[in-house]
Amino acid sequence: MQYMLLLYDDPSAAPAPDSPEAAADFERWMTVTQEMQDAGVMVGGEALLGAETATTVRVRDGDTLLSDGPFAETKEHLGGYYVLDVPDLDTACAWAAKLPNAPTGSIEVRPVMEIPAQT
Amino acid sequence: MTDTRAVELAFREEAPAVLATLIRQVGDFDLAEDAVQDAFAAAVASWPRDGIPKRPGAWITTAARRRAIDRLRRDRGLADRMAALQRLTEIDALRRDEEAALDEPVVGDDRLRLVFTCCHPALAMDARVALTLRSLGGLTTAEVARALLVSEETMRRRLSRAKRKIAGAGIPYRVPGDEDLPERLRGVLAVVYLIFNEGYAAASGDRLVRGELCAEAIRLGRLLVRLVPGDAETEGLLALMLLQDARRDARVDEHGAYVALDEQDRSRWDAGRIAEGREALRRALERRAPGTYQLQAAIAALHCEAPDAASTDWPQIAALYGELARRAPSPVVEVNRAVAVAFAGGDGLAVLAPLLGDERLAEYQPLHAAHAELLRRAGDLVGADAAYERAIKLSDNAVERAELERRAADARRVRGAQRPELDGDHRRSTANAKPGPLPSP
Repeated sequence: MQYMLLLYDDPSAAPAPDSPEAAADFERWMTVTQEMQDAGVMVGGEALLGAETATTVRVRDGDTLLSDGPFAETKEHLGGYYVLDVPDLDTACAWAAKLPNAPTGSIEVRPVMEIPAQT
Repeated sequence: MTDTRAVELAFREEAPAVLATLIRQVGDFDLAEDAVQDAFAAAVASWPRDGIPKRPGAWITTAARRRAIDRLRRDRGLADRMAALQRLTEIDALRRDEEAALDEPVVGDDRLRLVFTCCHPALAMDARVALTLRSLGGLTTAEVARALLVSEETMRRRLSRAKRKIAGAGIPYRVPGDEDLPERLRGVLAVVYLIFNEGYAAASGDRLVRGELCAEAIRLGRLLVRLVPGDAETEGLLALMLLQDARRDARVDEHGAYVALDEQDRSRWDAGRIAEGREALRRALERRAPGTYQLQAAIAALHCEAPDAASTDWPQIAALYGELARRAPSPVVEVNRAVAVAFAGGDGLAVLAPLLGDERLAEYQPLHAAHAELLRRAGDLVGADAAYERAIKLSDNAVERAELERRAADARRVRGAQRPELDGDHRRSTANAKPGPLPSP
């Protein structure tokens, strides 16, 4: 089964860019990503730029409406994702618990919908 | 000749184990449940005629699997259904003796898989409770709904949402590995104790229906002791539930009013439950792996062992609460410890003092009820009056409020009279702060 791990974090608690803490943080993410690749479970994943760069798009009555900022104003922002291919939820949650933001932020684990092939 | 009622009883006995095996074979909670229902219909049709089979569990499993195959054949559109169909047909094609061995649902592994799936932490707590009662307890949806005080429709939706989550989110049907087992087992015990407390805390009006929850929880506790042999806390929980349940009937008088522990008619305590509870506790303690359920069970056992309230071993109870407070600190434990310390002749008010200074506990009713009681025992009747008033104001339970009002009036009468010495014969624990059941830690 494929699962998407949506990574949430409070950006105000993040270390300053270019600080040694930020470098150590980056190192931690690279390590766990490498571990996922070595285990053969990683389908994909990306880190996102900050929520201040987000634009939200809606189409209402045929008009395209853009607004500045993320879809939901919350303290924790979506900062990236992984897609993993693992046997079950327990395995997906075990990977989620290893992520560097698990002790401070949160990770939403969602199964990826399987679209049946057209016959 | 077997009548329908006997078929139903035999069936209910076997159904949870059959369901557990079938979920593994079918790989689908819902389909397994439907198939077991189909098998029940088949049993009602043939058992009265042919008699109850020698191994009803194997009979039902085979019948249910064939019904599942029928259902899958009717609905073979989806790829995952094809895979399930193939798996089931293979099992069904085995030699009869092999098949019988395979379908004999005495194998504990499947029950344990079902336990861990129903109590999976990715499910909401109310869903875990409902699924556990429905699938492991073998209660009908209507019975679960009645016991948990929701409509049958609400319960049906709750159960089907939970099963959709299990299938959709890929919650595995397996016993967790050694690494996760202790933590997951603690989670299972918490669900079982929650079920017990739902029944134990039931107010007088619905005691009878909800009391079934205590019986169910104890049944589940016994099952877990069988399935996870050698776990001290599992035995501790079973002991705790048995020892508390032994006193359940005596907690209410013939008018439905609450009776505090020290005023209960001890001859109404269930001696069989007490004996089984003490035996379970003895086995648990022998394993030298103490835990919070064992501590609470040990406290309950000391209450049960005292021939009357005055001879209760309060120093020992106070010490056990002290250990409980060290392992699982909470205001509930501290309040109970304060009462035990006071009853043991110590300074219970000193234990309460830090709690009374804590702003967050200003509205915590049991604290003020205990405070009132301890002030009264210490002879501070003016202080007790104020504390009673506060506790009564914070009480949201009519039975409990009536008890507090009775005690407050009692204290006022004593104040009006000559303030006699309070000796052991007059002491009473409070309605809420009585040492006894604690919420699961």
